[in-house]
Amino acid sequence: MLIVGELINASRKSIAGYIEKKDASALQAIAKDQLEAGANYIDINAGVFVDREVEYLRWLVETVQSAVEAPCCIDSPDPRAIEAALSVHKGTAMINSISLEKERYEQVLPIVAGTDLKVVALCMSEEGMPETAEQRLLIADKLINGLVSAKVAEENIYVDPLVQPVATNTAYGKAFLEAVGRIRHEFKGVHTMCGLSNISFGMPERKLLNQTFMVMAITSGLDGAIVNPLDKKMMAAILAAETLVGRDDFCMTYLKAYRAGRFTFDSK
Amino acid sequence: MTDHLEAIKNAVIGGKHSEIKELVQQGLNAGLDPNALINDALIAAMDVVGKDFGSGKIFVPEMLVAALTMKNGLDVVKPLLAGDQIQSRGTVVMATVKGDLHDIGKNLVSMMLEGAGFKVIDLGVDLSVEKLLERLKEIEPQVLGLSALLTTTMPEMKRVIQELEAQGIRKNLKVMVGGAPVDRSFAEKIGADGYGANAAEAVELARFFTH
Repeated sequence: MLIVGELINASRKSIAGYIEKKDASALQAIAKDQLEAGANYIDINAGVFVDREVEYLRWLVETVQSAVEAPCCIDSPDPRAIEAALSVHKGTAMINSISLEKERYEQVLPIVAGTDLKVVALCMSEEGMPETAEQRLLIADKLINGLVSAKVAEENIYVDPLVQPVATNTAYGKAFLEAVGRIRHEFKGVHTMCGLSNISFGMPERKLLNQTFMVMAITSGLDGAIVNPLDKKMMAAILAAETLVGRDDFCMTYLKAYRAGRFTFDSK
Repeated sequence: MTDHLEAIKNAVIGGKHSEIKELVQQGLNAGLDPNALINDALIAAMDVVGKDFGSGKIFVPEMLVAALTMKNGLDVVKPLLAGDQIQSRGTVVMATVKGDLHDIGKNLVSMMLEGAGFKVIDLGVDLSVEKLLERLKEIEPQVLGLSALLTTTMPEMKRVIQELEAQGIRKNLKVMVGGAPVDRSFAEKIGADGYGANAAEAVELARFFTH
């Protein structure tokens, strides 16, 4: 399971504050905590600073990577910001994301073409948000074909089938899960990933829904997630689900996590 | 009479979407005035629903089923009213700005505004300033509701307001904005008349603007 730590996102007020004050050590501490908690990639997002996103995103890459040895997930639709971040990035970054929205597709594709960058392919198109599994598959098909023709390897593609809130339509959960299963099945080698907290929009006890949905998605074949790695219960649920679904040889990851105290929770 | 009104109102609050038509029909058979039925039962119920949602007592699915229930009830009453007899609190145009395809929040707001008795014209998502202005000139609403979910499309709201000023149609039009990355200070900065954190607040704003 590929875990992208979501916390360094400027749409969170505290993070925006750190970025504006150029408080490197606060951001580095958050990057470290996420890495220690099991993140493989550190997401960086400075989207709220429209005019200064290019400058800030590059600074975030330098800041994060001078503290942790981990690649970044560059979270922006702006090609200039992505290029700026990549120019200083060490290792193999993940780009979050390309979609089938015309402008975004045309601007992001040349950046990832022929590289070994990992790419999140978001199931959104000019026609709006997909509702059914079928609509998601149609978009995924076009995105995967486009990326593969641009010489992006299948194993570097992470399709995000787009989670929509179950509060507004009870069919949305199942449509997503079905899409995950079908993408895994119909496009061998391609991965799926998502940020899934949107599933619980408009509902109480969101953490319960998010965790349960994560487990169901892993059962369907999801193998990447943008989450808060400091949420111990969520991370424990992911580990347990992976073991139960047969992706943990001799249950070693589970046992290691147990001994590392990852399954003891504060009662707060 | 009040028994009937009360029963209809409670049915909407409780989201009894399959029973509502019969209850409304019973009320009409008993001699309820259609306008009283709409205002004192259906809309009054949605007022309660909006307040309960705003205070966190009920959740999105409960609000949706209440709105559906109200709509089912309204379908029974409407044919009894000639077009000009249907009272409207005012007209609200809703849209998600250019570059943004997200519509869940906007749809919730539209639904609650309708529930509160407004005439709502939803222009959809990814709406260019030009198209929006063209439609505004044609519809002449009292209120415009703009939505954006992406940090990258928020500046588009500012463009819309600037363009409204430039074309001289800002004076008689109140603009309210909302969406996850939007907040009150952003709304003030771009010169909007109001910010709603959720559907209930949007309804309150629209009411305030049309008083």
